[in-house]
Amino acid sequence: MTSSIRRAHLVLACSVAAVALLAAGCGNSGGGGGSSSPGVSDTTVKIGGHTPLTGPAAPGYSEIAPAAKAFFEYVNAQGGINGRKIEYTYKDDGYNPTKTVSVVRELVLQDKVFAIFNGLGTPTHTKVVDYLNTSKVPDLFVASGCPCWDDAGSHPWTFGWQTSYQIEGKILGDYIKKNFAGKKVGVFYQDDDFGQGGLTGLKEEIADQIVAAKPYQPGNTDVAPQITAIQKAKADILVDFTIPAYTALGQLVSFKVGFKPQLFLSNVGADPTTVGGLLKSFSKGKADTALIEGAYTDGYLPSVDDTSNPWIALFKKIHDKYDAKAPFDGNVEYGMAAAYTFAAALKAAGDDPTRQGIVDALNAGKVAPGPGTVPYRYAKDDHGGFGGVQIGHIVNGKIKLIGQPMVTDPASGPITPYTKPQQTPGDTGVVKP
Amino acid sequence: MTLLRNLAVTLALALGLLIVSLALTPFNNLRLASIAYYFVALAGLTMLTGLNGQISLGHGALMAVGAYTVAILVGRDGWALVPALVAATVVTALVGSLLGVVAARLRGPYLAGATLAFAVGLPGLADRYPHAFGGENGLIIPPPTPPSGLGSAFPLERWEAWIACVAALIAFLALSNLQHSRVGRVMRAVRDDEVAAQLSGLDVARIQIVAFVVSAACAGLAGGTLAVVTQLAAPGAFTLALSLSLLTGIVLGGLGSLTGALWGAIVLVMLPVWSDDIANHFSLSNDVQSNLPLALYGIVLMGVIVAAPEGIQGALRRLGRRLGLRPSMSHKEEGA
Repeated sequence: MTSSIRRAHLVLACSVAAVALLAAGCGNSGGGGGSSSPGVSDTTVKIGGHTPLTGPAAPGYSEIAPAAKAFFEYVNAQGGINGRKIEYTYKDDGYNPTKTVSVVRELVLQDKVFAIFNGLGTPTHTKVVDYLNTSKVPDLFVASGCPCWDDAGSHPWTFGWQTSYQIEGKILGDYIKKNFAGKKVGVFYQDDDFGQGGLTGLKEEIADQIVAAKPYQPGNTDVAPQITAIQKAKADILVDFTIPAYTALGQLVSFKVGFKPQLFLSNVGADPTTVGGLLKSFSKGKADTALIEGAYTDGYLPSVDDTSNPWIALFKKIHDKYDAKAPFDGNVEYGMAAAYTFAAALKAAGDDPTRQGIVDALNAGKVAPGPGTVPYRYAKDDHGGFGGVQIGHIVNGKIKLIGQPMVTDPASGPITPYTKPQQTPGDTGVVKP
Repeated sequence: MTLLRNLAVTLALALGLLIVSLALTPFNNLRLASIAYYFVALAGLTMLTGLNGQISLGHGALMAVGAYTVAILVGRDGWALVPALVAATVVTALVGSLLGVVAARLRGPYLAGATLAFAVGLPGLADRYPHAFGGENGLIIPPPTPPSGLGSAFPLERWEAWIACVAALIAFLALSNLQHSRVGRVMRAVRDDEVAAQLSGLDVARIQIVAFVVSAACAGLAGGTLAVVTQLAAPGAFTLALSLSLLTGIVLGGLGSLTGALWGAIVLVMLPVWSDDIANHFSLSNDVQSNLPLALYGIVLMGVIVAAPEGIQGALRRLGRRLGLRPSMSHKEEGA
């Protein structure tokens, strides 16, 4: 082919690329409006999140974002926050970090969201924290208890939400030390900041009781080697820092090999409805919640089965109206409680919310715990979420909270009881019951 | 002469890309960056398959080699971007030479099988050695900072687009010269008839290894650039699906042609965008929406194979001939 024709084709291909990109840019209306921050107009605030609707972490967790959306719809029906309705878009990342990177950039650059809210997962969200902080986008209430969100120095725009795994590990360890003194402890944990954070917390309290700690890689479903190794170490107690699917896989192996330790489950992998459903589906109906009966766990929210609690009553009402297709379980409660926190933070940011304004409000400690049974740690130099947990016991397939909520720090500080009573929904001024 | 002409074309393209990138929104600059790094990978693969007649189902894994090289050098050892990208190119070329030695002994389905095993097996190393490669989590690369001379409001995405476009232009300049050099002609000779090439005194195996090295170097540069743009090297980005879509890309664009590789890159990046637009327009459910791009790939691929077996570039060439832009002499053996 002659070079002039070849050049003509090259120019043509380049022009097509340019036109396609320019055309894709049209039709995407940005946030705009009266405020200086993207995603905020006089009547709306647009936020976005990434969540696993498919993939290994989807069972259970896929209920969280729709539940949060239901809570926002309820708030919007009451007139929104300071006259603005909250528009929440969540995108599926399949718990795949590569997809997280692309959907978060799409939310920030294309959908022009005001903030990223409740982005789910430790392995996923760690890949966008640098990007969000470089771009100065509020990264609020990450749906993961990784201690890594609490780094106000290098990530001033990121805030954790749920109790950090390290604090959880410490309080679980403290309970084991006091009630199961001298027993041998085995730990089965996810090999990332989630499981490692929990293990660090446990070691803070019961390093001398741990006889085996075996990690798994999410995605690899054969966990028999880990469980049998813990069994061989003659553990009397098994502590799981696992997502629900791996709680179920671990218990199925334990059952098959006749390993019957006292079970402790991290809050992350303990929801009886979710784990029971997974046990049923993995065993084709042969197993159910009975395999986690009697386990100890912990929580920073009231038990979802405690219908006398005003927050649970409110969440149930919202669930029945806006999210009735999902089961009413711990994941739904989680999503709604996180959504409350955003609504409260937005209210605290004042009549003209800006990205800087909402971060300042959180740094000033202006957000009350609402449904939480323990306070937030939010302060200028502390971006951790809830500061403690209360021990729970799984009885008849339901979580019953026992004793008192305990609070501590993610380092080696003391563990102390927290005695302030929980706020009612009406107290918060954010949402009417 | 060829060198001068190609240099002039490259400079003109650079100017065009600069203007386009200045006009684009940050998000579309990100897409421009994707088109650019896909172009580098496709251009390399089209040299191997279109020009030299060897098939590779393993180019996704070669991109992973480049990406992890950059992630380790920049993210962990604090290297600057340019030396890290050069290193990614060199390291992947070395891996490619090993693969090329195997490839030179294999033909047809056996070569496809060997490279397929490479594509499936290599990302597994990240899980096998989580301390070195971060397991499924992958390795994080800090976002590249635009030079302060460009002003503090200079968007990160435009800077990423520039990095990727420079990589694409370098690959374009190198490959368009190679194509018209002795090496390019020899590669075509081997593709057309190995026996004849051998009888003419050519060392067929050596030429096939050279083709693999060149192609792998491009894949390494593309993978490294991808890692810089997405700020991440993780196994989830380098699945078998990537290797297959690269092959789809060169077939769609037109085998053996650099302009065809550009067409392929445009289709690979823009097709999911268009499919999302369609899904949103008809408010399709999430299940349909997430599978639509695959269905569209299939339809477009079938359409192109039936209507224009030589790809988009081949169809345009035919159209050009029909419009009398050039004498109707058959010249299809030569890549454009």
